[in-house]
Formats: sequence, structure tokens, C-alpha cells
Amino acid sequence: MASIPPEFKVSIDSARCRKCGICVNNCSFGALEFGDDRVIPDDSKCVACYRCVSKCPDNAITITNYQWANRGNANWTPETTSNIQKQAEFGGILLSGMGNPRPHKIIWDHLLIDACQVTNPSIDPLREPMELRTYLGKKPDNLEFVENKEGEIELATELQPQVKLDVPVVFAAMSYGAVSLNAHKALAMAAKKSGTLMNTGEGGLHEDLYQYSDNIMVQVASGRFGVHNEYLNTCSMIEIKIGQGAKPGIGGHLPGEKVGEEISKTRMIPSGTDVLSPAPHHDIYSIEDLSQLIYALKEATNYEKPVGVKISAVHNVAAIASGVVRAGADVLTIDGYRGGSGASPMVIRDNVGIPIELALATVDQRLRDEGIRNRASILCAGSIRSSADIAKAVALGADAVVIGTAALIAMGCSVCQRCYTGNCAWGIATQKPELVKRLDPETAAQKLTNLLSGWSFELKEILGSLGVNSIESLRGNRERLRGYELDEKTLELLGIKSAGVGQ
Amino acid sequence: MVKRIDCKNLYYRHLNKIIQDEAESGETEFILDNLNGQRYLGTGINKAVNITVNGTPGSDCAVFMNGPTLTINGNAQDMIANTMNMGKITVHGNVGDVVGYGMRGGKLFIKGDVGYRAGIHMKEYKSQIPVIISGGTARDFLGEYMAGGIFILLGIGSDSEIITGDYLGTGMHGGVIYIRGDVENDTLGKEVKKLDIDEEDRRILRQYLTEYSQDFGFDVDEIMSKSFIKLLPLSSRPYENLYVY
Ligand code: SF4
Ligand code: SF4
Repeated sequence: MASIPPEFKVSIDSARCRKCGICVNNCSFGALEFGDDRVIPDDSKCVACYRCVSKCPDNAITITNYQWANRGNANWTPETTSNIQKQAEFGGILLSGMGNPRPHKIIWDHLLIDACQVTNPSIDPLREPMELRTYLGKKPDNLEFVENKEGEIELATELQPQVKLDVPVVFAAMSYGAVSLNAHKALAMAAKKSGTLMNTGEGGLHEDLYQYSDNIMVQVASGRFGVHNEYLNTCSMIEIKIGQGAKPGIGGHLPGEKVGEEISKTRMIPSGTDVLSPAPHHDIYSIEDLSQLIYALKEATNYEKPVGVKISAVHNVAAIASGVVRAGADVLTIDGYRGGSGASPMVIRDNVGIPIELALATVDQRLRDEGIRNRASILCAGSIRSSADIAKAVALGADAVVIGTAALIAMGCSVCQRCYTGNCAWGIATQKPELVKRLDPETAAQKLTNLLSGWSFELKEILGSLGVNSIESLRGNRERLRGYELDEKTLELLGIKSAGVGQ
Repeated sequence: MVKRIDCKNLYYRHLNKIIQDEAESGETEFILDNLNGQRYLGTGINKAVNITVNGTPGSDCAVFMNGPTLTINGNAQDMIANTMNMGKITVHGNVGDVVGYGMRGGKLFIKGDVGYRAGIHMKEYKSQIPVIISGGTARDFLGEYMAGGIFILLGIGSDSEIITGDYLGTGMHGGVIYIRGDVENDTLGKEVKKLDIDEEDRRILRQYLTEYSQDFGFDVDEIMSKSFIKLLPLSSRPYENLYVY
């Protein structure tokens, strides 16, 4: 590795350091060692996870970017050159963790929300009821009523199964395997406390989590890991995973190192074996085939649970979404190109897919134009970072949003982007028992609950300022959004006016 | 009592509901006549009931199946035994493509041929080992991505010496495929190796083929009299060196 320059520099202030060795024990990447009666850092191994910084009792550690002399070359950046050097050294595909980190324009940050002034009053959410409740599932085309014998009016339309969310935010699919059991537990507990869902991802469901079935969405992906009757019935809804924003069109590999006894049992794969998720489902080569799997799942669960389909935001996403909804999906999840991943080839993560904002707006519009928007709820995923992003997503047409990276950050993740190494210093993206135990499920669940409660308060403030008292009134209400510093075409696709334009 | 159902013009959802409800209230024997293309047969019944089919079930027969025994007097379409967990299926005919996709347990015995991608991504865990036996020939991608389980291909009555297609065992990383006769080396996927069978293999083959022969009226000694080869994955970590960290 000698020829590959380090990314970070670890500096230890010897005047402050009491030589307790806590940092050495905490560094799971092997970047710190004791020798010569002092802590000796190996910069080349540091990933800037900040574990040591946060644990040092003397505030003696500083992590900085490794300072390269600025050779003024904006094309051959240190990142580009070191990637080439890594591949020249080892061959193979560059792997990465988390979502696309490139400095592309973030459309959310160029959307501005309206507010009431004078002519219509805003609402104070602290005094008046404010509704965030959302139901996921197929809604009827129309409602029919009949009068019963007692002369009361009753609903005659048969309603399809719905999942109730108290907050319009669900946790993203993160498999047991990619993340630890403690992380899964924290997500399940928090989903229960907050009245929402966690998503198992494609690695099955550990038996310890069966008790949270009302707050679990189970995923069925191409590898069909841990998919059996009990799994399909221990949930409030099912999601067929077709694509993921961080790696549209490709499958996934969980390296054998991460497959210990418990993962082996849950996924039904021998310990130490690579777990391969093929790129396509081999029973789905068409919309008709997708429909067949949707109804197979409904048949296996007595038509009692919504069945969703997750696709990544690609060029033709609107037409694909239309097909997915027509195939019978009750919920459609769209994952944008900034969506996270435990492991994704960098070339795919950074170059494939489109921004979620454009995908969401065009899908919502397409389904409306075709008169089938009611047939499926839309979940919007792919880097939702704040309550403002949620409000904007809902205004662009989402029923609710999905958070993965934000949830991990709430649990302690420092976005070091090394999830694929299995060495996560925060006990999240790892299966090593000594690291997993660093994550206390109760504490992490409380943090997740706090985050959702904070965002709920903020959402209510936003709704109040808009003069509406339910999230339903904002849904698809693009008139309440304006675009700033966006080009004409983008505004047109988003279906919004430019800031400065009135009604 | 045997519950006999005439399936002519019966929509799959209605048919499956009848079977599920009857099974729930204790019925264990079903005979289905005139079945023709209805999907998802045997799904959603988590009991060891016996279902005899006179006809041709539609795609995804026994998808997620968990317990029943299906005897199919006819052919079956694509994706039979998809992600099946428990139970047994005997097909007195041929089956279509992608049979036993992600199968986790139970037995699928086919008298005739299988189509493309048979046994794809089968799995196993400890003693729960799914078994597929086809008496005929297989098309391309047999045992693709196979992660566990046993696939036995017999080629009984085949005119050709070669009973498999191309890309045999591509991406295979677990389980075993037994083939009666031989395969051409250039049809092997790059993740598998071809081996001669040993005593333990013969024991396993005889065990399953005895049951298979009884089901279809074959002579197990005659089947076993021809030589077999087996295909095993070269590695349980086929893509270990694919990535740079
Ligand atoms: S990898 Fe993390 S714990 Fe180790 S030196 Fe770097 S910042 Fe500190
Ligand atoms: S989950 Fe862990 S390994 Fe992944 S980015 Fe966060 S801190 Fe790093």
C-alpha cells in the first residue's frame, strides 16, 4: 500500500495525552498502536471515523485531511489518482459505502416552501391539532355507500389492506448482515415507539425481532434469503426489492467474512460463504412476471398485507413506475441516486441513476396523468436529510419518505463510508461481537425516536405556517413550492414555478 | 373423506381459497380435476395435506409452499417450487423454466425434463436440504447461483449422450449437482469443477433414487447401473478477489 497516499492524518497532542490507550482499543481499523511509550498512528489506515476522537478523555486527538501540496490540477485530483493506484495494485472493482458523495447540486436545497401572510391565517401547531398520520396501501378508485336496515349509511366499497404510519417516515431497508443485530433491534424498537416501520432488507429477520411484527416491513429480493412462510407473515407489509439507488441494476455480495452462525441461520447460507444476490430476480423478466410475484406474495399472506415494490430512480423511471403500479404494487418505493448502501461499486454509485427529486415529481405526474395515482402509495428514498426534505418530498407527491443514512447517523454513524469493511467502529455495519456490543439497542432506539419526534414537531410547524392542519393537505401540493436557481427544464419537470412568481 | 374439485373455469384465487379453507377445517386429501393453468397451487397452506392434480398447474405452482404433498398427473409450467420450504412434489411429466428458484427445503421429483435455469439459487441450512430430481434432460444454466441443496439429473430414455445445456453451475457456490452420464467440459460454468462420485455420493444417490423410482415405477438398480459425475463449486467464495477496498 506504500504507494497509495493516506487520506487522513492522525495527530496526537503529546502534551495532553495521558497514555491511557483507550484510543488504541477503540480504533477498529488498526490505525493506532502503542509503542515506545506513546500512541503511534498509521495514517494510511485511518478512515476518519472519529471513534478515537470521541473517546479520548484528554481531547488529544485531531484527524485532518492529509495535506497534499496543491498542484493546481482540478482534473487529476488526489482521489482520482489514488483510485487508479489502488486498482493498479490489486485489480478489481473499487468498493464504497454510503451514498454518492459527489458535489452535485442538491435539488432539495433549491426548493422553497410557501407560508401564509395576512390573507389566509397560519395555524399554531402548539394549540391546534395537526395531523401527520399517513396510510400506505392501495386506495379505491371511488367509494360506494349503502343504507343499512337502521337507516345508517355504510361504506360498501371493500378497502384494501393499509398500514398506518404516525409519522410520514419509515426506516430504509438495511439487511441483517449489512448491519448488526443490535442495529436491527434499535430500528425495530424505534419503529414501534414512533408508530412507523423498519425494513428488514434482504437478509431475513432474526427471531428476536418477531415481537415487533406490527412495525416491520419484510423485503423479498433476488437472493430470497430468509424468505419463508413465517417471515412473510411476521410483518405489516412486504416489499419486493428490484433496485437500490446506490446500485441500480446490479446485485450485491455480502462477503463471507460477515457470515457468522446467526447470519448463516437467518439467511440459510453456510457460515463463511459469500452471500450473492443476483442482479435480477430470475422469476421476473417483465411487468407480467412482477405481477405474478406480487400476487404470489398476496396468496401466501391471504391478501392481508400490502405488497410494495422498490425501484431505483433511472432514466425511464416514470414509465417503469406506471408498469409496477399496474402490476398490482400497493406501495411504490423510489430510491434516488444519492441513496445509501453498505457496499456498492463506486463506479455505479457515483454514475448511475438520477436525482430523487426529479424521479419523484415525474412519477407522481405520470401516475396522475394515467389516473392511477390512487392505486399505490409512494415512498421517497435516496438521501432525505431533514424535516424540510420531507415536506418538500410530500409536496412533490410522496406519501412518506424513507431514511437510511439519517437513521444510522442518529445511531452514531459518522459517515466514514467504510461499511463494506465490516469494521464499523460504532457497532452498526459490522458483525464482530466486540464491535456490535458498542451499540446499545435501547440507547440507539431512543435517539432514533428523538429524531423522528424532532422532525414531527418541525413538520407541524411547516404545515402550520402553510395554514393547513394535515400532511394530507400538502401531499402533491406543488403550488406551495417554488424553485430557486433551477433551470427552466428542471422547474418544468418538477412541476413548480420559479421563486418570485406568484399564483 | 376426499375433497374432489372440478377446476374447470375456476379462478385460481377462488380455487386456492377453497383448498386453504378446507385444509384449515381438517381436510387432508384433495383431488383436483381439469386443472388448467391456475397459479400458486399449494401456496398458503401450512399443513401436510395431499393434493392430487389431474391436469396442468400454472406458473409458480407451490411458491413458498410449506408442507403439502402435490402429485401432478401432467406437466407443470414455469417456476414450480419457487422459494418452497417444506413438502413434496411429484410431476408425472415435464416442467418449464426456473424450477426450484431459491428452494429451501422439501423434494421436487420430476419424471421428465426441466427447462432453463433449473435449481437456481437453491439453499440449505444444516439438515434442511432441498432435493430436485429430474428424470430427463435440462436446458442451459442448470444450478445457476446454487448455494445449497442437491440436484440430480438422470436423462432416462434420452437419445443423446449429452443431457445438459451450456453454462452449467454458473455462479454456483454451494450444494451439489449429480448427473447420470457425463458432461462436456466446455459447457461448465467457470465456478464449478467436475468430479467422480465416491461411496458417500452413491449412498446419497441410492437413498433419494429409491424413493424416486418408487414414485415413478423405475428400477433403481438400473438407474444406478450407469455412471454418474458430480459438480461442486470450486469455492464458497467465488468473488472473493473481485473488490478493492
Ligand atoms: S480510524 Fe477512526 S478510531 Fe482509528 S485513528 Fe482513524 S478516526 Fe481514530
Ligand atoms: S455505518 Fe459505520 S462503517 Fe458505515 S459509514 Fe457509518 S460509521 Fe462508517
